[in-house]
Amino acid sequence: MGGSPPWSLFTGPVQPGMDAVLSLWESYRMRLRRKRRILRALRKSRELSAVQDNTARIRPGDILLVMTMRNEKIRLPYFLDYYRKLGVNHFLVVDNGSVDGARDYLAGMGDVSVWHTMASYRRAGYGVDWMNYLKRRYADGHWVLVVDPDELFIYPFCDSRPLRALTDWLDNSGIRSFSAMLIDVYPKGRLDAVPYRAGQDPLEIANWFDSGNYSIKRNPLYGNLWIQGGPRARVFFADQPKKAPALNKIPLVKWDRRYTYVSSTHALLPRGLNQVYEIDGGEKASGALLHTKFLHTFGEKAEEEMLRGQHYNRSAEYKAYAELGEQQPELWCKWSEKYINWRQLEILGLMSKGNWA
Amino acid sequence: MSTVGIVMLVHTALDRAEQVARHWVAGGCPVVLHVDKKVPKSTYSAFKAAFAGEPMVRFSRRHRCEWGTWGIVAASQSASEMMLAQYPDVRHVYLASGSCLPLRPVADLVDYLAARPRTDFIESATTADVPWIVGGLDVERFTLRFPFSWKTQRFLFDKYVNLQRRLGIKRRVPDGLVPHMGSQWWCLTRQTLSAILEDPERERYDRYFRKVWIPDESYYQTLVRLYSSNIESRSLTLSKFDFQGKPHNFYDDHLQLLRRSDCFVARKIWPHAERLYSTFLGDNPDAMKGTEPNPGKIDRIFAKAVERRTRGRPGLYMQSRMPANGSENGVTCNPYSMFQGFSELFENFEDWLTQATGAKVHGHLFSPDAVEFADRQTLINGALCDSTSLRDYNPKAFLTNLIWNTRGERQCFQFGPQDNQAINWLVARDPNAQVSVISGAWAVPLFRSNKNFSELRREAARLQQIEAKHIEVLRSRHVKARVRIWTMAEFVESPMEPIQTILDEFGAQTQRHLNTAPTMVDLAGFGQFLQNLKNQGMHPYLMGDFPAEQGPLNMPKPSRKPYLVR
Repeated sequence: MGGSPPWSLFTGPVQPGMDAVLSLWESYRMRLRRKRRILRALRKSRELSAVQDNTARIRPGDILLVMTMRNEKIRLPYFLDYYRKLGVNHFLVVDNGSVDGARDYLAGMGDVSVWHTMASYRRAGYGVDWMNYLKRRYADGHWVLVVDPDELFIYPFCDSRPLRALTDWLDNSGIRSFSAMLIDVYPKGRLDAVPYRAGQDPLEIANWFDSGNYSIKRNPLYGNLWIQGGPRARVFFADQPKKAPALNKIPLVKWDRRYTYVSSTHALLPRGLNQVYEIDGGEKASGALLHTKFLHTFGEKAEEEMLRGQHYNRSAEYKAYAELGEQQPELWCKWSEKYINWRQLEILGLMSKGNWA
Repeated sequence: MSTVGIVMLVHTALDRAEQVARHWVAGGCPVVLHVDKKVPKSTYSAFKAAFAGEPMVRFSRRHRCEWGTWGIVAASQSASEMMLAQYPDVRHVYLASGSCLPLRPVADLVDYLAARPRTDFIESATTADVPWIVGGLDVERFTLRFPFSWKTQRFLFDKYVNLQRRLGIKRRVPDGLVPHMGSQWWCLTRQTLSAILEDPERERYDRYFRKVWIPDESYYQTLVRLYSSNIESRSLTLSKFDFQGKPHNFYDDHLQLLRRSDCFVARKIWPHAERLYSTFLGDNPDAMKGTEPNPGKIDRIFAKAVERRTRGRPGLYMQSRMPANGSENGVTCNPYSMFQGFSELFENFEDWLTQATGAKVHGHLFSPDAVEFADRQTLINGALCDSTSLRDYNPKAFLTNLIWNTRGERQCFQFGPQDNQAINWLVARDPNAQVSVISGAWAVPLFRSNKNFSELRREAARLQQIEAKHIEVLRSRHVKARVRIWTMAEFVESPMEPIQTILDEFGAQTQRHLNTAPTMVDLAGFGQFLQNLKNQGMHPYLMGDFPAEQGPLNMPKPSRKPYLVR
């Protein structure tokens, strides 16, 4: 390399001619891959059985939320309340064999439709196939939010403008997908020190986060960013950073039946949907998903999920946690930030208003 | 009846349009509504029926309005003609849209215009003078033809523009017209408006403007120059545009801003902004009587938003800002210093530098053995961790994170050829970086170590190679950092002068002259050490010429005080 900068794959100027040929071939490959994901979703849809189908109530223009859950009853009251207040009109829920009565809790709610399955979460692409199917079937032409029951969606002005304001603005600006990075929030002290009560705002307990230790790389395959870091990388994966969980997410999409998520909500096909970041120096608008996993329930979950091995990387994360065991690692450190609001995340550079003002 | 008539172009959120129209009427202003032909008939009939029996509201002939095309001008023409014909008392016609919201009492606007009976409020500037054209078409708006829709036939639109450019086809601007452009929302006097609409040449002008790109921003703006004696080139409607030329929306949280802007009308209002509608259409919006519109603060906020979108925050890398090489607009966000060879040459250089400057001085942040944060903390701002594997997983992110997390406080760190070199280009390209290198100083720890000579020789060769590469980078023509490189021999001769220069650059807080000096390590025998390396066939050249003044290593030598630099 010597005296000239080593323009990397991602960052360098590309040779146009060669690139065009490559990209034709690439597009074809991606197209196949997308079709395969859709076929797979259709096949996996046979594992779902509707137990509460209110989808007839979905009206054009409604904002939908799709999620998969297992034994998350304790989180549901606050979760539903939070997203209803934001302006979600209908919830499409896959219940992967909950035994805690979550389905009974949802029974009778007119804005919730529930499908049940006992099939393998892992073999359904960690639930992605099931949810891809539901979106293909019900979300065509809708803005749809795909989150886990322990994720709270934050976006610029979320304290004064409903979700509809955001989606209207995205529509007007011709933007189809919206990025919201996962930010792990954790309590100060032991995770089980303050038990979480149903209906409570989890941020009352877990309200600390890491503000400036994230690594960002670009995934050349799908063009999405690959973000890792935060307390989990710092405490559980310091020695094997490559295995640290991905934090980049694109949870809000104006769905089209041809779209498909390829791994959790980290990446989509067609690849254009992953261009949620600006490469020319500016900032696109983005939000955050506050990940409230680290409550007292985490310990039980860790034990259960270790046995099931149904999570990403065979639940490596739960394993790492369990290995630290009873000494209960402290995620909090003196440089942890206490969560205040979206403006704080904006100032810290974790999310951006872009040109929304 | 008031002397101000409102022409309102409506295409969506008809309920809001109705609300606003009623507000104008309640204020005594007649309203002529134009409803886009794309609105379904049933919706239109219902909308029209809502105003049945209202003498102050009329509906004009409907046109198809597509953005950037003639339809919008045709709509405003029809509606204006109707206004002038049906309401003879009207002196000023105000063009508004369905998503416009009056911010001040209607009477305020009426009084304001009554006090300026001959003034036409229309933004009108020649193409050469407007900076806000988005999309690259300026003069060409008037000289090319645009038969294809930009929104739905983008491909054909672009191709046809290119074709015309290539063939050099140009339309002639009708005689007597000088193309002007400006905001499409105007307020014209009956005299001027009727002169435009009743011009015997109108047929010809219309034919020309039909194929101009975005004629609603140029039709009236150009023609008004023919007739008006008194143009106030500004719009009374507050309307801000983003970097793509789309209008910004106003939401409930803009309430106070809009209130203080003293503008008469704002657009666009988000249809669900309940608080804005209920406040400004309510009975008693705060009276701002007599004041001139003053949208300065709103201007600044929206200008900032555009800047955020197009330039971003320097030195920030995040989920929605991942600039490519060269497009960073600031590789990092704050000045910092990289010192190479200093901690090798001086005893306790870090402590001394901390005392001398008050900056945050780290050790070798990129050492293979440890991340040496200042005071050897395990974590630092932003919960950045001292794990070497996390750092080496993404060294550039580690550095940019560190600088971002500590913005406002200058960071200094030690560097050397034994450290992770992955950041070299990033630092070299960074105007915030101050890089000071004493080349060859890596040999000092080898010289002082107690290792076998063959091992030392191998290590010296390796480090020299790495540092040579690094220096090559630092001397490249792409370098933007403030780079200073001395050979060790050069530096040892008069060390204080370069140090003073480096620290002077730190800024005001360190302007004081240095009163303590760092202590240099004992270099007695170093020349001979280098000579020995040479004798073994390894040629150390980065440190410059050190005379082997001491003779062979095993010769007894007079003990000597360490260099104390004053």
